[in-house]
Amino acid sequence: MSAPFAVGTGFLLSADSAICLTAASLDIWRGERCLFTGLSFELGPGQVAIVTGPNGTGKTTLLRVLAGLAMPTSGTAMWRGTPIHRLPPERRTSVAYQGHMDGLKKELTVLENLTFYRALWAGKEEIAPLMAELGLSGLEQRQVRHLSAGQRRRVALGCMRLRPATLWILDEPLTNLDTGGAELVSQWLETHTTAGGMAVVATHQPERLTRRVSLEIEL
Amino acid sequence: MKAFSLIVARDLRLAFRRWSALATPLIFFVIVASLFPLALSPDSSQLRDAGTGVLWVSALLSSLLALDGLFRADTEDGSMEQLVLSPVPLGVIVLAKILAHWIVSGAPLIVLAPLLALSFYLPTEALPTLIIALSLATPTLSVLAAIGASLTVSLRGGGAIIGLLVLPLTSPLLIFGTRATDLAVHGEATAGPLYLLAALAVMAVSLGPLATAAALKVGLE
Repeated sequence: MSAPFAVGTGFLLSADSAICLTAASLDIWRGERCLFTGLSFELGPGQVAIVTGPNGTGKTTLLRVLAGLAMPTSGTAMWRGTPIHRLPPERRTSVAYQGHMDGLKKELTVLENLTFYRALWAGKEEIAPLMAELGLSGLEQRQVRHLSAGQRRRVALGCMRLRPATLWILDEPLTNLDTGGAELVSQWLETHTTAGGMAVVATHQPERLTRRVSLEIEL
Repeated sequence: MKAFSLIVARDLRLAFRRWSALATPLIFFVIVASLFPLALSPDSSQLRDAGTGVLWVSALLSSLLALDGLFRADTEDGSMEQLVLSPVPLGVIVLAKILAHWIVSGAPLIVLAPLLALSFYLPTEALPTLIIALSLATPTLSVLAAIGASLTVSLRGGGAIIGLLVLPLTSPLLIFGTRATDLAVHGEATAGPLYLLAALAVMAVSLGPLATAAALKVGLE
């Protein structure tokens, strides 16, 4: 285990009120094994944090903590002043998490999956233009189990887009995606951050994803 | 409320797309209950005596078959993470999933059991009581199934363990259910055990989803 290393452009965060995501001395243990200790960072509007590191160093665990799915062993992760795992349900819409697993129902069609998540999150985005953007037009009525891995990932990213979230937490979003798909994700990150959104992305290919990295967390 | 019906509709749609998984417990119920008249003597009084017990035990056993899928599929494909992070309280989500589970696994038992009861020579006057008792017992059964499924969701192949966990907890249902049916068969008043079944149902439906939600959260970590 090595100490995590966070390099950032902290001077951008001159106004304290602008900071939305705060991690304060996070320690994360997985069973008997310590993944990392003392990780602290802050993220404000328009910023992207990239989480890098070899396999098994706790990237996914860190993202799950930031999404509120897991509790850190000690330390706190706060979203706008509230510990993330204790966010009240109505405030959870502002955080979107896309993990390794697609979260899609294989027996449902592409359109049914998208419609379900859009309704669950009370999203405003229209589905038809999103399908076109994802290059999935014409596959609306196809069951997800008949799609290729890359197409599934596109649908999953589409589901994430339908959430009216400010903070995107993406775990290896480029897995299974072709060059076009990677460009699309990179373009989405660009528009998302330009609009004041934030993202924490775990990836092995940061250069393919965005040039706007404000913070690099190396585990 | 909108989210509640949304999740019920999604789970029902999924259940009907996987109709073989839906039909297996029901066919199992019919087969087990029909094996007993073959094994016991075809004598009508003996069948009538054994009938209520056989019906209730096979109903409980068949509902076990439908248990494991309740949360496992959602956990394995990542939908559970998204549901947990959604702006809907987890207890409401769990209650919606329990309702959908009851519609596809509990409600058909209520329809099938009276038909099978006839093959055990149960008097037709006892059938309304059997239907009422099953209508009160199956929701509790679905809630117990949910608690068991949520506790074992992070275990691989937890299917058998759920049975060990849940079956002992179903004994009050078995006791009051068979008692009510037996009393009806002998033409006596059945209100007592039915009230107890109703009380169990109220307790299970009001507290069960909260316990299940807590167990699911722990299971996801």
